[in-house]
Amino acid sequence: MKCLIFLTASVWLTEAGKRSEPMENIVGVLALQGAYQKHIDMLHALGVSAQSVRQPHQLTDCSALIIPGGESTTISLLIQEYGLYEPIKTFADSLPVMGVCAGLIMLASEVDDVRIKPLELMPFKAIRNHYGRQLHSFTADIKLNFDHSNKFFHAPFIRAPGTTQLSPEIEVLATHNDKAVMLSTGRHLALSFHPELTNDSRIHQYWLNRFCQ
Amino acid sequence: MLKGGAIMDVTNAEQAKIAEDAGACAVMALERIPADIRRDGGVARMSDPEMIQNIKNTVSIPVMAKCRIGHFAEAQILQTLEVDFIDESEVLTPADEANHIYKRDFKVPFVCGATNLGEALRRIGEGAAMIRTKGEAGSGNIVEAVRHMRALQNEMQRLTTLGREQLMAVARDLGAPYDLVCYVAEHGRLPVPNFSAGGIATPADAALVRQLGAEAVFVGSGIFKSEDPEARATAIVKATTHYDNPDILLEVSRGLQAGMKGLEMSDIPDSERLADRGW
Repeated sequence: MKCLIFLTASVWLTEAGKRSEPMENIVGVLALQGAYQKHIDMLHALGVSAQSVRQPHQLTDCSALIIPGGESTTISLLIQEYGLYEPIKTFADSLPVMGVCAGLIMLASEVDDVRIKPLELMPFKAIRNHYGRQLHSFTADIKLNFDHSNKFFHAPFIRAPGTTQLSPEIEVLATHNDKAVMLSTGRHLALSFHPELTNDSRIHQYWLNRFCQ
Repeated sequence: MLKGGAIMDVTNAEQAKIAEDAGACAVMALERIPADIRRDGGVARMSDPEMIQNIKNTVSIPVMAKCRIGHFAEAQILQTLEVDFIDESEVLTPADEANHIYKRDFKVPFVCGATNLGEALRRIGEGAAMIRTKGEAGSGNIVEAVRHMRALQNEMQRLTTLGREQLMAVARDLGAPYDLVCYVAEHGRLPVPNFSAGGIATPADAALVRQLGAEAVFVGSGIFKSEDPEARATAIVKATTHYDNPDILLEVSRGLQAGMKGLEMSDIPDSERLADRGW
């Protein structure tokens, strides 16, 4: 029955011309610390069911997961404390994960900080606070390679992480000053900046359409 | 990105490390925690930049520091030092009895205390990026933080029930900017994150203010005035995340050593009430 609902929703979404409409799938948002509520709000605005995930059993209802921005040391610690490390890795074997800011750090295969134990879901190295401290936070107009409207995305970078040592299999979807700030492996998606803090839902919509079907 | 997290007062690099290892999402660097400021008396000022710098060098999480109410020169120094947030705080001795800092002149974000909606909206009008309840710092008593959070929530709730024609009178009564009153009436919440501070001493205290609507908690004296700072810091971080899960709250509350002693409000003379500072 669950399969059928999933299938129906997928087909329906495709037929609807990739518009934002309700579907049965539930997107989990890891709610240990950070900007999780903004993601839930944006998903709801797109007509998508979303729930916060704080414990492993809450993952079983979900068909996709967002790891939001926050403090990566805090999030990494709490992922381990509450036995979410292996369950998220198993989840990610077959289902999509989007990581934003601290979430990008968690998706990386390597981090320049021993305090973080990344989930190693995407082959690149994350550099914490690459763009500097809070005072150096900024917004930048970036071009989204997948969006043909040529409309810039007004992207907030807050103590944002950088990316380096990208494996060739990584697809770069947006750059800032020649640095990859939005990247994908086909299943997972990682961003240095915070799309959920804008009123522009293009990135969430793109993720739902391309990764979550 | 402090939401859903615990921000801890620390007075040296060692405490900052304990806070970071426990999962704090930021630390507040200050020379004396509020309980000691209260005990010592005298004028409390911005901390020595050298001490703040040491803490910045020790941890990778954001570092906040306090300046006195209205003391924009202290704020300029803290911004130049590149602290991540400035708390224009009633815990320090106020420098200006009429005016708070015009925070829009600064690039570094400010957090400010409030005891009610009017005060919160005045601070936001001046450019505060975050609001926190004042509570009663250094008391180890949660009652004032609860009073302030409830006052804020009740007033916001009331505004959502009013007609547009009533909002100018509300702005007049609250002494708050009209456009911000309209925002609250429409959305039922502040336009900036709303945190809680002042008197949080246990995991249950953190869970209480989170359930009352605080998006993050500040823990001042509660950790390093207790007998087991490491365990208590970790427990408060977990309680802040799992604030609505009594099973986990029970687990993290078990077996902690004695918390800070705390003060009954009636034992604090009016002249020593920190929450009354600011306007």
